[in-house]
Amino acid sequence: MPLDSGEELGPIQLAYETYGQLNSEKSNAILISHALSGDAHASSCQSQTNENPGWWDDCIGPGRAFDTDKYFVICSNVLGGCRGSTGPSSINLRTNKPYGLSFPVVTISDMVRAQRHLIDYLGIDTLLAIAGGSMGGMQVLQWTVSYPERVYSALPIATTARHSPMLIAFSEVGRQAIYADPNWNGGDYYDGPRPNAGLAVARMVGHITYLSETSMHQKFGRRLRKRERFGYDFDTDFEIESYLRYRGNKFTERFDANSYLYVTKAMDYFDISNGHGDLVTAFAKSADITYLVVSFTSDWLYPTYHSKELVGVLTAVGADVSYCNVQSSWGHDAFLLEVETMTSMISNFLDRVVKEKGIRL
Amino acid sequence: MNSNNLRADLAVIAGLIHNGERVLDLGCGDGELLRYLLDTRQVVGRGIELSEAGVLACMRRGLSVRQGNLHEGLGDYPQGSFDTVILSQTLPFLNDLTFIFREMLRVGKRAIVSFPNWGHWRCRLELLWSGRAPLAHDLPQPWYTAPRARLLTIRDFERFCVQNRIQICSQVFLKGEQTIKTHRDRSWRATTAIYELKP
Repeated sequence: MPLDSGEELGPIQLAYETYGQLNSEKSNAILISHALSGDAHASSCQSQTNENPGWWDDCIGPGRAFDTDKYFVICSNVLGGCRGSTGPSSINLRTNKPYGLSFPVVTISDMVRAQRHLIDYLGIDTLLAIAGGSMGGMQVLQWTVSYPERVYSALPIATTARHSPMLIAFSEVGRQAIYADPNWNGGDYYDGPRPNAGLAVARMVGHITYLSETSMHQKFGRRLRKRERFGYDFDTDFEIESYLRYRGNKFTERFDANSYLYVTKAMDYFDISNGHGDLVTAFAKSADITYLVVSFTSDWLYPTYHSKELVGVLTAVGADVSYCNVQSSWGHDAFLLEVETMTSMISNFLDRVVKEKGIRL
Repeated sequence: MNSNNLRADLAVIAGLIHNGERVLDLGCGDGELLRYLLDTRQVVGRGIELSEAGVLACMRRGLSVRQGNLHEGLGDYPQGSFDTVILSQTLPFLNDLTFIFREMLRVGKRAIVSFPNWGHWRCRLELLWSGRAPLAHDLPQPWYTAPRARLLTIRDFERFCVQNRIQICSQVFLKGEQTIKTHRDRSWRATTAIYELKP
């Protein structure tokens, strides 16, 4: 497959999961795109146990926002990821060794191009909807620009049409933490100790950006961790420290440091107007797509004005766009947590799309 | 829903809408009017609404709605992209009405506006006798409750239209639920005014 960088990559493997049944007309398919650290396991609704919840369990399943009694839901791990899809930790068939940094740099539009092959493979002509939050929302937007004729509706949530300098800055801090880990070894670490310390710090920075000051107050306050008074040492004093350390360490069990570099780079390169001049030109062919844009009031990582700009552009090209700025104190994480509001919005939106586009379920 | 269940001023507005029109409802609230127009006039309807509660209610009704204020929202729409732009009972809460009306008549081929008439005789008497600012029939909230409403009368609005070269194509005046037959005494008898406007 040709990549935006000019290089070519192959063979490419994509890991994906599906929930619900594809109908005979193949008209009820919804593609879910995951965020930076997500994977294809979006829901555990089809497993017998709740041991391994999906990252969007609350929204995908019978009677939920993406109702698997009605819709066929697909989620695939992104190109460049490390959860089953081809990425820097995959074996390069030419060398029989993991790619490491010899893996070509991929973009959001490369990820979407690979996903399109999956949708082709599943025999689906037009997706009823494509949905995702954060980086998933970038893929949603990219789909509607790259393949507008193959999407009836799109739900970009807590996202942006172009990665901001602040977002690039946070990405770079995460990457620098990985580079600084001696175990990283220029990306060549697959037969030795892993750069877990660096990756954990990157994840800690990430988690700070997913919260809000208010949600930190609510969740942790200045509470101490398993102690009555300050330790006057460098063990964990505060709950918030403990939370970040736990999250950072936990992340290293399931994520590859090189993938973190590649995927954050893909986000940094994301500007949907690339190659089009401006946003209005980029979305010019997307006017027939029905959009639901959602932002959250306390999300300072992808602030409301990013979504408002997007809504303005989509309105200007004549697309049918609904927008809600949901009151929430959860910060960027709200898109995973404001389940009740999201469920109402998404299920009503999908019902409307089915009705207005005359889709037979 | 039949028009008997619709608030009187909304029923008048609905009566001015033709089948299949493209309609933009500014400050569409919970979407009652838009839903009615979709069901009975087969319009292509869009709404703009400031409150999250209103937006969510519209979505529950299966409507296309954008959350935002009109100053941010209207400018995004291309010229003439709607047959009718509706401003129903929202006018008293808006700032910079010259801008809003210019935008409404840019985005829409025509505009329909309704507002409570503070020139109604009860309002006039209330100020005269009690010395207190009158409450309009349609907007009975006292002055200290948010959002703050600006008080205007039928005479004020008609003068505004002359000054801004806005053409009044038709008008309907209500006294409560009833339509006023003669327009001569509208400025003190009407509780609600509805105007159809063109640039």
